[in-house]
Amino acid sequence: MLAFLVNRLLQAIGVMLVVALVAFVISHYVGDPINNMVGQEATHDDRDRIRKELGLDDPAPIQFGRFVAAALQGNFGISYQMKRPVSRLIVERLPATLELVFVAAVFALVLGVIGGVFTGLKRNAFSSRAIMTISLVGVSLPTFVIGILLIYIFAVSPKSCTEGITLLGALLMDCDDLAAIALPSFGRGDTVKLGSWETGFLTKEGWRHLILPGITLGLFNLTLILRLVRSEMLEVLRTDYIKFARARGLTDRAVHFGHALKNTLVPVITVAGIQIGTLIAFSTITETVFQWPGMGFLFIQAVQFADVPIMTAYLVMAALIFVAINFTVDVLYAAIDPRLRIERVAAGR
Amino acid sequence: MEAEVPRAARAPGRWARLRRSDIFYSFRRSPMTIVAAIVTLVCVLGAVLAPVLAPHTPFEPASLEIDDAYKPPAWTKADDAKGKKGGDWRFILGTDNQGRDMLSTIMYGGRISILVGFAAVSLAMFLGILLGLSAGYLGGWYESAVMRVADVQLTIPAILLALLIDGVARAILPDQEKQNFAFVVLVVAIGLANWPQYARVVRSAVLVEKSKDYVAAARVIGVPAWSIMLRHILPNVLGPVLVIATIGLALAIITEATLSFLGVGLPPTSPSLGTLIRVGNDFLFSGEWWITLFPALALVILSLAVNLLGDWLRDALNPKLR
Amino acid sequence: MNRWIVTTALALALAATMSAAEAKNTLRWSSQGDALTADPHAQNEGPTNSSSLNIHDPLVRRNAKADLEPSLAVSWKVVNPTTWEFKLRPGVKFHDGTPFTADDVVFTIQRAKSATSDFKGYIDSVVEAKKIDELTVHLVTKDPNPILPAQLTQISIMSKAWAEKHKVERPQDFKNKEETFAIRNANGTGPFILKKRDPGIETVMERNPAWWGWKTPQGGGNIDEIVYKPIKSATTRLAALLSGEIDFVLDVQPQDVEKIKQNAKLKVLQTPQIRAIFYGLEVGRSELRSSDVKGKNPFADKRVRQAVAMAIDTQAIKRVVMRGFSSPAGIVTSPGVHGYTAALDKAGAVNLDGAKALMKQAGYAAGFTVKLDCPNDRYNNDEQICQATVGMLGKIGIKVQLDSQSKSLHFPKIQKRDTDFYLLGWGVPTQDSHYVFNYLYHSKGSWNATGYSSAKMDELTLKMAGEIDLKKRDALIAEAWALAKAEAVYVPLHHQVILWGMVKNMDMPITVDDAPNFRWAKMTGAAPAPKKTN
Repeated sequence: MLAFLVNRLLQAIGVMLVVALVAFVISHYVGDPINNMVGQEATHDDRDRIRKELGLDDPAPIQFGRFVAAALQGNFGISYQMKRPVSRLIVERLPATLELVFVAAVFALVLGVIGGVFTGLKRNAFSSRAIMTISLVGVSLPTFVIGILLIYIFAVSPKSCTEGITLLGALLMDCDDLAAIALPSFGRGDTVKLGSWETGFLTKEGWRHLILPGITLGLFNLTLILRLVRSEMLEVLRTDYIKFARARGLTDRAVHFGHALKNTLVPVITVAGIQIGTLIAFSTITETVFQWPGMGFLFIQAVQFADVPIMTAYLVMAALIFVAINFTVDVLYAAIDPRLRIERVAAGR
Repeated sequence: MEAEVPRAARAPGRWARLRRSDIFYSFRRSPMTIVAAIVTLVCVLGAVLAPVLAPHTPFEPASLEIDDAYKPPAWTKADDAKGKKGGDWRFILGTDNQGRDMLSTIMYGGRISILVGFAAVSLAMFLGILLGLSAGYLGGWYESAVMRVADVQLTIPAILLALLIDGVARAILPDQEKQNFAFVVLVVAIGLANWPQYARVVRSAVLVEKSKDYVAAARVIGVPAWSIMLRHILPNVLGPVLVIATIGLALAIITEATLSFLGVGLPPTSPSLGTLIRVGNDFLFSGEWWITLFPALALVILSLAVNLLGDWLRDALNPKLR
Repeated sequence: MNRWIVTTALALALAATMSAAEAKNTLRWSSQGDALTADPHAQNEGPTNSSSLNIHDPLVRRNAKADLEPSLAVSWKVVNPTTWEFKLRPGVKFHDGTPFTADDVVFTIQRAKSATSDFKGYIDSVVEAKKIDELTVHLVTKDPNPILPAQLTQISIMSKAWAEKHKVERPQDFKNKEETFAIRNANGTGPFILKKRDPGIETVMERNPAWWGWKTPQGGGNIDEIVYKPIKSATTRLAALLSGEIDFVLDVQPQDVEKIKQNAKLKVLQTPQIRAIFYGLEVGRSELRSSDVKGKNPFADKRVRQAVAMAIDTQAIKRVVMRGFSSPAGIVTSPGVHGYTAALDKAGAVNLDGAKALMKQAGYAAGFTVKLDCPNDRYNNDEQICQATVGMLGKIGIKVQLDSQSKSLHFPKIQKRDTDFYLLGWGVPTQDSHYVFNYLYHSKGSWNATGYSSAKMDELTLKMAGEIDLKKRDALIAEAWALAKAEAVYVPLHHQVILWGMVKNMDMPITVDDAPNFRWAKMTGAAPAPKKTN
């Protein structure tokens, strides 16, 4: 077990070094850092002087070492665009992204598992097939289309009460009531600062603002988990031990939820864990559509404006999160899966 | 003289074999898959033959009339009271903000989207098969190295990688060349971001096949390694690769659309479906719904069809579900 | 009798409690670009300046009609050809309670002239600021400068004591690894106090009840709190306005005007802006970087430039691209700028045949290729204007390759002279033609990327800066404009029209410089229960 952990840890460090190297190459050789920092009136002499002061003429390995040392202390330089330390920016935006990702992940996991179990158990029912078809549409719709659609249907239309789609709603309830339940279309709402973590979980407005972006972000994962759970369920239900359990006379309920579900969930948990990485990646799009002040939005702006310090810092931050998640998932998986345990013991002898 | 083998008893030809195979059976049985296949075929044909089939040439700037802009779909009646223009049968699906015919623009845009998708998937497949085959067959430190890189890359989501590669390329390329290279950069970005899945699958399949007798036999005879890899192992490995490729195609198309929507993909002068949706987004509330809706619909239908195909393929080739 | 007293007393008490319980007037607004910093001298940029000028006061301001009016300076006059005297307003306090004196003015001028300030260009004629007494300042210029007061409207007066206490005597320097205190904090004398600044996310300002101007024509507003949240996507911004989550949008797209007007609770304000949109063409080089023509430069030939101007149908652009919200132009500056005349500004009509003939005359009947650089997030529908132009120029044989990018990538191209053909918009805060000539026509003008260099033009520009005799000065300006028009270096397109969208019960005059002056803003009608701020 220890050897396994150490192995994985070394791999994680290796990945981080590679990422740091890539980040370093990008930050020092892409574009001209000097040009982006000084005003347009700076003369050639000014630029040379600044070059020397920032140590941009030193040999590459030394610069890389400096870069890594600075990165370890959380210093990624100053954003070209906002003229503030990048690390400060990222720390400010991190809670927003993490909370959004958390809500989307829970949404996708809970509904995905329920839907997957349902369609797995009742494979040929019409509702099952309907859900499967709709889930396919969910996979085919790009995130930004879903976001725009949700804003249009749930945020804007209820307020004007004359749009085609809300005429239906208007039949059901009063125009003003309809306007009152409309969901917000941008931002985080009222947030509460706990230390340096600004959370939207403690206010009603904060929760209302999480709904549309959370659904948008989580929809893709929901369909993924739903289909995964379904196919796992179908596979498990064909196995011998399930047949034996049924032959023994166990109730459907005991068979399905006591035996089948447990075995279905193991791969699902690991996939869901890895999917958090994807969620963080796709949050870039969702945050852009909903003007959600998180890391992803910061990154997109940095790419558009060629703000290299933010791009490199985000790359390193994101890699760190992914590596940490994968490491945790590996460890958990190894701990849970008895087959791996036995293998390792056998190999260790 | 040998008796003529009766016709019915002769070994069936290739086409007959296909018609009677399991796969074709399950294909015929599933109406949705047939529809999906037809739709995909139509989209691909429409895209490939766009220069021939499209009613207009939306990317010849000289052929555009700015006063043709903002025409609604042809079946819309004019409403003079509200100052709304009527449709024009020259432009069946209406025109965009530059006077370009929507139908032609969607065909050309879809063409680029599909081209990018195919090229990116081909690149990823080529790289993945090459590295996976060689890693699985040759083994040793080479295999460890390749698989490590693949694992590392799999930890980072493809869209981020694609964004990063695209962003860096834009910053590096000299200004004058940027336009010409947008297509290449996109293909390379999406292709490079996606090769590990193919490599992984191919390598595990190779490991399985490697231990089989026919490979040992071929080696004994003296068949060179590359020949064994290509002619014997590869065909057995293609099944799962094809599944990944089909779903990968849909993903590549959506990734490209996303990158273009974010403004880091194809420029508006040679737009893909994603760029069209981005441009149309500005007109969502001003009443010109057709500028966004039709490209979005085209994108969704295309990726839905390809996804359905991939889905069916996966189920059909999965031995556990037979 | 007693009953009446009791009833009246009760009624009054009730009224008192009701007004005490009345919700405060909160204005929530949005636009595409946030202020870059709260430091008033670090970045000379539209949104940044308009934000700073709500928190600080300058010496001299412009009113709703764009005329100069007193602000922290109550009067000003020339005491000798190179010295302006400003008399300062008494009894003014900064937000932290300290009094405003001439020391603060002297300090501010020095700060605005320092190496890291982006505002040097406004006051490069000033060599010294002298304190005469607590409420009098002399500004000494190198040469006579008749328009100095107009150049001071964007310079926020800072507190010397506050700056020294927080070590921000100089505007932020990029070398500083720590952010300076001034980036997120400000201490001005202005109508609003900066309460919270989260760059790119939210900025909150609160009413300064002690501001000197509330009961004067400079004030009159009743806003208690301003909450600003930038929204990048135009559609999301519009959705927020339509759904009632915000009260005011600064940059409405022309195509969304109808939608806003259809909403019973909203209205659109519009006014022509002092900002001309035009194309710059590279005329100085011997060969264009991006063209297939080798050995010569097609744009250097005036006939080609005129052909380009004739091929672009600005009326069609106004009709289709701008939905009627632009006014086609004949010169690169707008009504309201001293030296502008309607005669100069007559826009040419589109003339494709004439353009083709000129191209043929110049020897380019077969046309040529060229790259057009365009921003996509700065001016109204900028990218679409460029796209329409591509189509129009294609008709006379010029095959244009369009490269549209964010302004932060586009503007450096212009400042580095790295473009053959570019779109630019130019506003004139000083409302005087010299500003235009100095930046766009002078051979060393920092925004002149055309390579145009004329000794006569340079001479005129220099002379008009130092000419005190207003009649002679106007003659110089007229001569310069005539020369500019004859040379046809720039291809003017149109003057922008500003479009503001806001709730009907909000009243704030729209100004030609596109800056919201919240000191004038009034929310009328019943103040609704405090809406949830989003």
